[in-house]
Amino acid sequence: MTLPESSSHRLRRRPPLPLLVAAVFGVGVFLVPLVGLLSRTPWTRLGGLLESAMAREAMMLSLLTSLAATVISVILGVPLAWLLARVEFAGRSVIRGLVILPMVLPPVVGGAALLFALGRRGLLGEPLYLATGFSLPFSIWGVVAANTFVALPFLVLTLDGALGGLDRRFEQAAASLGAGPFTVFRRVTMPLVRPSLLAGTVLAWARALGEFGATITFAGNLPGRTQTLPLAVFIALESDPDAAVALSLVLVAVSLVVIIGLRGRWWRVT
Amino acid sequence: MRLYMVAMRLVRARPGIGIAILLSLVAGACGGAAAEGPAPAVMVFAAASLSDAFVDMGRALEATDPGLEVRFNFAGSSTLREQLLNGAPADVFAPADPANMEALREGGLVEQPAAFARNQMAIAVPAGNPAGVDGLADLAAESLLIGLCAPTVPCGQLAGRVLERAGVIAAVDTEEPDVRALLAKIGAGELDAGIVYATDVQSAAGAVEGIPIPAAHNVATTYPIAVMVGAANREGAAAFLSLVLSEPGQAIMSRYGFQAP
Repeated sequence: MTLPESSSHRLRRRPPLPLLVAAVFGVGVFLVPLVGLLSRTPWTRLGGLLESAMAREAMMLSLLTSLAATVISVILGVPLAWLLARVEFAGRSVIRGLVILPMVLPPVVGGAALLFALGRRGLLGEPLYLATGFSLPFSIWGVVAANTFVALPFLVLTLDGALGGLDRRFEQAAASLGAGPFTVFRRVTMPLVRPSLLAGTVLAWARALGEFGATITFAGNLPGRTQTLPLAVFIALESDPDAAVALSLVLVAVSLVVIIGLRGRWWRVT
Repeated sequence: MRLYMVAMRLVRARPGIGIAILLSLVAGACGGAAAEGPAPAVMVFAAASLSDAFVDMGRALEATDPGLEVRFNFAGSSTLREQLLNGAPADVFAPADPANMEALREGGLVEQPAAFARNQMAIAVPAGNPAGVDGLADLAAESLLIGLCAPTVPCGQLAGRVLERAGVIAAVDTEEPDVRALLAKIGAGELDAGIVYATDVQSAAGAVEGIPIPAAHNVATTYPIAVMVGAANREGAAAFLSLVLSEPGQAIMSRYGFQAP
């Protein structure tokens, strides 16, 4: 297909200056902080800084808790996304709104809400503590809970969108051939949305890895137990800025890998 | 006004240049207003433990000078120090220990500091003391949830020295970024005990109870205050400083449990 000559000619003209200026500033919003971080990076000491006990503990803890949160997000999020996309029921839009809430809510508010619900004096946390002596805050499970709270929406929304855009005839055909609803879900629906499931999982993991506000509010901050990478960056900024920059760089690198891995899924690759 | 008309005509003819001129005019107008109009608000960067006393102090100052506005940034002293070292605009700095003030002084960022208050440490427990804590030794109990301030902020360093003097190795469950964050978690009953400033126990009365630390183990900190070099409202900053050091200012500090330096 060829475009009319006049149209392609117009496309090659210089973009209007006001748009160009604003767009360049827009790029700066993303680029300047990144360059600022890189300009402060102690490149020669990077290896040593990342091998410190604080850095290693924080990286291990972050990896462990974010992966646990991702697994929980998949276990709970896949059925929830399926329910939202395939079953019509009253209050469905309310539940969709609830799912989006943690994405919009300031994470520190989420952390406070978790504390009031699951803390030792919380709505559910108190009976749990009285019955078992177990409480989530200030434990590694508190970190996992905070991570799950912020990560789950990314998985549900991604999958809900994919399921909504799916051609229903495959599922109908499978059902007409005698497959039960669960078999259709397992053998037809899930394979068809596998790329979206993968993308949602990676996004959820990346969000869990970067979680700060809900974690420090709900799970506290203790090196080796609840001090994840972002918390270590926050604390190190005041005692060892070089270490903070080195740890930040790890998070930037992971984010870049996620972005590169998901390219073409979230935007056109030209 | 005529400049605006010219700019508007330019916007129509050459949008890019016109918008650039308009933007610079707006920026110029803002700068001009600051120079001619009322003085900018006095920006006070103060330790989290000063929150209540300084809010009162600000009201007292605004009452004496209706044209003056005082704004605060309360946080852990080391957080504030880093913000200021990285160029955050402030008129007054009041950390919870001399070390953080000294760091700014070495950088030539503050004028001559003055000591204005003293504070000591205390054990805080949730109202009713559900875990039955009665001294520093209890902070070593693994079965209790114990919180301290992070060792980067003064209250964490002071707590560390208290525990050292008492020979107690605390079974710490969380290191909070500032004393108010720690106090909130104790007040909510999520922690069984923590070491905070004596003044914090008073400010959160009702939610927490204090258990005094014996004088032999307790440590004190002195709060310094200084006007920032290059303060945008130097006059207002100096007025705030003199109020803090004055008799009425000291009365406010003492009402919140601070001792004279």
